[in-house]
This record gives sequence, C-alpha cells and structure tokens, in this order.
Amino acid sequence: MSDLKQTVFHDLHEKAGAKMVPFAGYSMPVQYPLGVMKEHLHCRAAAGLFDVSHMGQVILRGPNVAAALEALIPQDVIGLAERRQRYGFFTNETGGIKDDLMFANRGDHIFMVINAACKEGDLAHMRAHLDGVEIEEITDRALLALQGPKAEAVLSRLNPDVAGMRFMDVATLELVGAECWVSRSGYTGEDGYEISVPNAQAIALAEALLADEAVEAIGLGARDSLRLEAGLCLYGQDMDEGLNPVEASLTWAIQKVRRAGGARAGGFPGDDTILKALETGVDRHRVGLKPEGRAPMRQAVPLFQSEDSSEQIGFVTSGGFGPTVEGPVAMGIVADSLHEPGTVLYGELRGKRQPVTVTSLPFTPANFKR
Amino acid sequence: MKYTEEHEWLLADGDLVTVGITEHASTQLGDIVFVELPEVGTEVAKDDEAVVIESVKAASDILAPLDGEIVEVNEALADNPALVNEDAMGDGWFFKIKASDLSPMDDYMDEAAYKKMID
Repeated sequence: MSDLKQTVFHDLHEKAGAKMVPFAGYSMPVQYPLGVMKEHLHCRAAAGLFDVSHMGQVILRGPNVAAALEALIPQDVIGLAERRQRYGFFTNETGGIKDDLMFANRGDHIFMVINAACKEGDLAHMRAHLDGVEIEEITDRALLALQGPKAEAVLSRLNPDVAGMRFMDVATLELVGAECWVSRSGYTGEDGYEISVPNAQAIALAEALLADEAVEAIGLGARDSLRLEAGLCLYGQDMDEGLNPVEASLTWAIQKVRRAGGARAGGFPGDDTILKALETGVDRHRVGLKPEGRAPMRQAVPLFQSEDSSEQIGFVTSGGFGPTVEGPVAMGIVADSLHEPGTVLYGELRGKRQPVTVTSLPFTPANFKR
Repeated sequence: MKYTEEHEWLLADGDLVTVGITEHASTQLGDIVFVELPEVGTEVAKDDEAVVIESVKAASDILAPLDGEIVEVNEALADNPALVNEDAMGDGWFFKIKASDLSPMDDYMDEAAYKKMID
C-alpha cells in the first residue's frame, strides 16, 4: 500500500471515515460512512462532492494546437468555441480507443482532463505525436467534482457567476480566494461542476463545500453506480483498444466535419476503420441492459440469444445495482442483429441463464443545464 | 450463539440451527442489494455454497456451516435484502438447517472469541 499515491485530500478523507482502496495507483475513497447506496441517492437529490484529483490535468499550448490535436482525436477541435468543453477520445491505428477525455478551449491554450490509469500513456502519446505543441502536465492542482441538482445553489454561494454557466461551459473563477478552472460538466448524469483548484487552497475549497448542508462527500463506489445509470462509459470496461467508437456507441462524439465528406474528414489514427464503420455499420454495439429480477449482472457475464443456445452473442462490460432505478443495471456489447431496445437476451449468472432486456440509455434522465 | 471464521452466526434449537451473517460482516460488505437463497428441502454438506449475497460492491458466497437439510429460508430477503444490513443478527437471517451432525458446533467460536478475531 505504501507505494500508492495520495491526493491532497487524503487526510480529509480519512478524517471523514472513508474506506480507502487502491485505484489506478492512488489511494482513493470508495465510500464514506454514509455508504454507497445513500451517497448515490444523496447526489441525485441534493449535491455530492467527489475527489477526482487522481485524473490527469494537461495544458496544450502552441500556435496550431487545435489542428495538431485533431491528428490524434476524431473530434472537431478547431471549431470548438472559446470557453467551451467537448468530450473526445484518443484512437489507435486499428480504430480502437486509447483513452477518453474532456478538452476545453481556454483561449490561448487547450485544457484536457484524462483518465488516471492512462495518464502516462496519454502524455507519452501526445509528446511523440504533437509536434510544435508544448505539453504541460498540471501537478500543482487538485480536481473536485460537485454534482447534483443543488450544485448550482451551493457553488453560487462561493461565486454567483457559476450560475450563468451552461452545460460544457468553462470559466476561470475565484472560489475561496483561489483561481479555479471550472467546467459545468461531470460524470453522474446530474447538473454540476468540475473544479480544478490549486493544491494550496484545495482543502479550504473542499471544506467550504462540505460545510453546506446540501453536500455530502461521495466515494468511487457511488461514482460508478451514478455514471452507470447515466449510461456513461468507463474506460477499460465499456471501451478499450479493441473496440472502435462506432462499436462503443460513441458515434455522437465524432462531429460531421471529421467524418467522410466533412471539411477535415479523417486524419486521426485508425481513420480508415472508423470512417468505414460510420458508413457501413459494425457487427456489435454497446447497449444498455436491464436484468430481470434483483440479481446484478457484473462485468464479463456472457450473453446468449436464448435460454439454451450455445453461441455467445455478447458480454456485460459494466454492471451493478442502480440505487435510483432500484434494480440491477448494466451495459454490454451485443451482436448487431440483437441491439434494438426491447430485445430479450440471457445472461449466464452462476450457471443459470437470466433474462435481460436491451434498453436505451441512460437509465435515469440527464439533468444537465443546457 | 456460535460464530464461524466466515463471519456466520449459528443459533441452535436442538438440531434446528438458524444461520445468518454477523453485523461486522454486513458492515464490511456494504449495502446488500440481492440475496439468493437455497431451496427448502436442499440437502447440503458442510462448506457447500448455500447463499449468494450481492452487495453494491461484489458478490460473496455463504457456506453451509453444517451437514443437513435446509428446512426454512427467510423469504423476506427476496424483496428487502437490506434487512441484512439493518438487522444482521435478527430479521436478516438466511436459512434454518436441520443438522444431521452437530459436532462442528463445538469447534465454532463463542462471542468472546469471535470479537477477538475481528478486533
């Protein structure tokens, strides 16, 4: 355990009675004394504060930084307006996904947030391929997420300007006297903010937020059930190097300008595979899955077309119990012919086949402030 | 009441033994969302997998602590698995077993020994 990295909030988590677990090389809170179920429900009802400082924060600078980044991701970077953020992903030569990320146009630079487990790989990948771009990993800042229907009211008490932001807006704002880089986004399906705060003032900000009676600290356990109900992918489970974005049902995240016929079509790793997949379709898709009954179907549960067929037609990529849905929820990869909502499939759980229905995502409606 | 190293509790009334998990175990498992109970009438051998518990975190197996026949299961857990978190030592019991051999009971811990183990 001793070689695990700690975020700046480590002592705060321990004082709050968090159960700490190793995650992507960091010691992180999986739950607080409230427990996963109540943490989840609290976030959907009021506001939850998440320590996501293990994630990578990167600044990209250079005269042609947007065009350069378009050589690594299939998103429209050049067309992203100032003070706006967009979801994206690095692709590999076979069209698979190396990591997913958020990137924001902050005027004279691009600010990017990447997954903790992929941080080193992403940085090496960018350093190898982004000529003429200055790549700076930000290590003197922590990252907090404040999520839930009361997030706006809570954060407005520290700075009323946050209320004017819309979903995926970014701004530089003062909170508890610190220069914070704020985006109106998150990973729960709820309205909320992600806040990059200097390490020196991070504890003060977290304490100011937690002092609000609407706010509870939320661990990784509820973060996972919240994002799963929201139909949001977890890198390494619902997408990986072997799955292209069309198979991962992330077509919406590839803007028209980067597709065949667009002004800047292709030009990213695996573009042949991905553009062809967009044109002609794919053999398998990521879908939502609703298991019947109460038993959760977790990652790697095999899926079959009928109760007795021997040919596996898919598998669960993420699954668990959805506290808001009050039942099990899952996502998985299924064969093309079986991905329409309403299709009944069978998951094999402890040797028994249990019915599971293909469902459109998300399981819980998104509450973004558009 | 007797306790196993697997954090089960056993309450014997003659050869009829009620089995559940300890409060300590239910706390460690976190919120329990599903309990798969054996069918009444099932003959089990000691250390057979008898119950599957799913918490928000993971699935765990509960082993039969004795040889015998499952004669009753706690049907209330089907609709309300959270009973295990709320009252692990009482209303959150799993099953009653008619033991064919009570001798392992002598090897199981009393409350003092169990408390020492979990400290």
